[in-house]
Amino acid sequence: MSESASSIRYINRPHPVTGVTNAKLGIWCFLASEVMLFGALFSTYLLLRTGSASWPHGPATLNVPLATLNTLVLIFSSVTMVMSWASLATGNFRKYRLYLGLTALMGCVFLVVKGFEYGHKFEHHHFPAASTFYAIYFTLTGLHGLHVIGGIAVNLYFLFRGRVLWQRDPERLTNRIECAGLYWHFVDLVWIFLFPILYLL
Amino acid sequence: MSGHADPGLPFWRKYIFSTDHKVIGVQYAVTGLLFLLFGFGLATLIRWQLAYPGQPLPLIGGWFAESQMLGGIMLPEFYYQLGAMHGTIMVFLGVVPLAVGGFGNFVLPLQIGAPDMAFPKLNLMSYWLYFIGGVIMFASFFVPGGAAQSGWTSYPPLSVIASDGQTWWLIGMAFLINSSLLGSVNFIVTIVQLRADGLSFGRLPFFVWAQFVTAFLLLLAFPPLEAAAVLQLMDRLAHTSFFMPSGLVINDAVVNISGGGNAVLWQHLFWFLAHPEVYVLVLPAMGIVAEVIACNTRKPLYSYKGLVLSAVFIGFMSFIVWAHHMFLTNMGTVMSTFFQVTTMIISIPSVVILTVLVLSLWGGAIRFNTPMLFAIAFLPMFGMGGLTGLPLGLAASDIHLHDTYYVIGHFHYVVAPGTIFALFAGIYHWFPKVTGRRMSETLGKIHFVPSFILMNCIFFPMLMQGLAGVLRRMYDPLQYAHAQAAQPLNVFASAAAWLLALAQIPFILNFFGSLFWGRKTGENPWEATTLEWAAPSPPPHGNFLEAPHVYRGPYEYSPPQAKSGFWPQHVKDPR
Repeated sequence: MSESASSIRYINRPHPVTGVTNAKLGIWCFLASEVMLFGALFSTYLLLRTGSASWPHGPATLNVPLATLNTLVLIFSSVTMVMSWASLATGNFRKYRLYLGLTALMGCVFLVVKGFEYGHKFEHHHFPAASTFYAIYFTLTGLHGLHVIGGIAVNLYFLFRGRVLWQRDPERLTNRIECAGLYWHFVDLVWIFLFPILYLL
Repeated sequence: MSGHADPGLPFWRKYIFSTDHKVIGVQYAVTGLLFLLFGFGLATLIRWQLAYPGQPLPLIGGWFAESQMLGGIMLPEFYYQLGAMHGTIMVFLGVVPLAVGGFGNFVLPLQIGAPDMAFPKLNLMSYWLYFIGGVIMFASFFVPGGAAQSGWTSYPPLSVIASDGQTWWLIGMAFLINSSLLGSVNFIVTIVQLRADGLSFGRLPFFVWAQFVTAFLLLLAFPPLEAAAVLQLMDRLAHTSFFMPSGLVINDAVVNISGGGNAVLWQHLFWFLAHPEVYVLVLPAMGIVAEVIACNTRKPLYSYKGLVLSAVFIGFMSFIVWAHHMFLTNMGTVMSTFFQVTTMIISIPSVVILTVLVLSLWGGAIRFNTPMLFAIAFLPMFGMGGLTGLPLGLAASDIHLHDTYYVIGHFHYVVAPGTIFALFAGIYHWFPKVTGRRMSETLGKIHFVPSFILMNCIFFPMLMQGLAGVLRRMYDPLQYAHAQAAQPLNVFASAAAWLLALAQIPFILNFFGSLFWGRKTGENPWEATTLEWAAPSPPPHGNFLEAPHVYRGPYEYSPPQAKSGFWPQHVKDPR
């Protein structure tokens, strides 16, 4: 792209001072606000727990083995996400599709496992209204699940419609996958915090 | 208007779903102005009930539904809807969209010499999320039970057991929060990445600095309110008990919920947003006033560095003062002391900014045009708003003033004759840039003088009522005997409010009339130095005919080298 007076700069090329492209700075800002969103919910959890007379023990109420499986699934998906970006950066488009597809698939596996967990809770009439423990459990994991769905949607977009950018502007697609990856890692990271505070403590 | 968008696009892509920051800025500004008018309309209805409680509203009383006014007499439910929605609409749908979405979008890329915002499509989405949020808020008046009626602060447990309007309010807020989130990301990236060559941070106009700090406040303070909105939605729809304590009794019956929640938690989450929000309302206004004052005193600002450092310091401090809204929640003296100390600290940079702006007037060859009048009026009005805040920031005096009309008077002084006057200054100042035509000076002054007087006639009595112990949010202002002595003040303030509505007519005439009949201007009618005046008026798609290069700071007025009396940032040699 030519950089005339009327085109936006630093879409592909990093800014010489900040060292990042526009999109990368943007996604970091977005993630900062996400930290505040989940931070507020974690604070809510702390406040409700410290303010309550009794609080259920995680392993006694929730399914730790399934959650451990889900943790491993998400960590694995983070690895494949990095691999798909690295494949693009080294020009291997076929491998990119393989790894990105795997990432999306792992996201779906996570949701299916989570769905089984939810279903099991509903069978025993453990709805959000049952107690503040279940309320915060369903809110935190539900909001995290929505973020996973969002991530899968982004990955599927780049797997199908978004990938045509490869012919026109490979560098830009690589940058986009890097940003999508940053988001995906963030969603994983939230789970890494959710897992111990809800299931183990 | 015609010049703004990419000329190759069809009409709906050019003006409705445009990605051009100037069109989006105008969309934000016009929508924001309409909501300001609507919110003001709600306030004039509130003023009727306060001045003449229980009397039928003349002329238009019959237009309302029976659930709102029975035979023209306002019902309590409708009064509380008016109060809650006046606050919500003025803050979230009026002032912020106009100050940040409107002025920020239009002026900021021009002032930094950028062709557009960093993410034009995100910008488009940001506006339309705001628009949908606004429609949801507006539509909530028509759902069964009416709009939200738990105050703009929506404190539980009342808000959790309120009618469906509250659910609409929460969903509308979610849209507005996501809109400003996208907007703030866009602003930060644009300022960091897209400044023109030579435009270092030390040469940024103060308006850009103000928007920069504001964007960080929006980015980091709004998500906790989004979390709070999610939790309150869960309480309302899934019947959880995040904010509902155990053993809650409503209408002599224990509510059938699990309990264990904490109503004060909402207040913490809400004010964690809503205090930075105060600075979201004020910082862009200060930015506009600084621009207008520097340009119309024809001299550099007294201390540019003082302004910038204060704005950044305000940004940091505004995150650790929120609980001064909650001195009455039994949070303990240690917490109260902490928050009253931080509150006193944050008043210092605000005073520095105000002092710098006042000192900037000293020795200037002041042009008393309409934007300058509004900007000068901002200074004492914001000063009164700020100073009346000090007794509220000290826990001991706040106990007496909390939830009285003193609070209402205080923050209206900050926002109404403060921020909104600054926004008017901005409209008169940048109108020639947006349209290529000037607004009428005569009508502008006819707008300014009565507005200035009447604003004080409305809000000063509120301070007096508050000191007399009159409570806010009372449907019947005569319910308590001690408030009856203050009732004549209500009648006086209400009359002033209705006259203030009339005083806006010259502005509306001026605004639309000048679009067609205003005097045509060149690119720099005010002989200003910042970059937006280097672009044609109105600026074409892409803004600048050639990418500008910046050689110096923003306020080089009356430098000894330049015979013309000003030395624009992009001009290399003095003229």
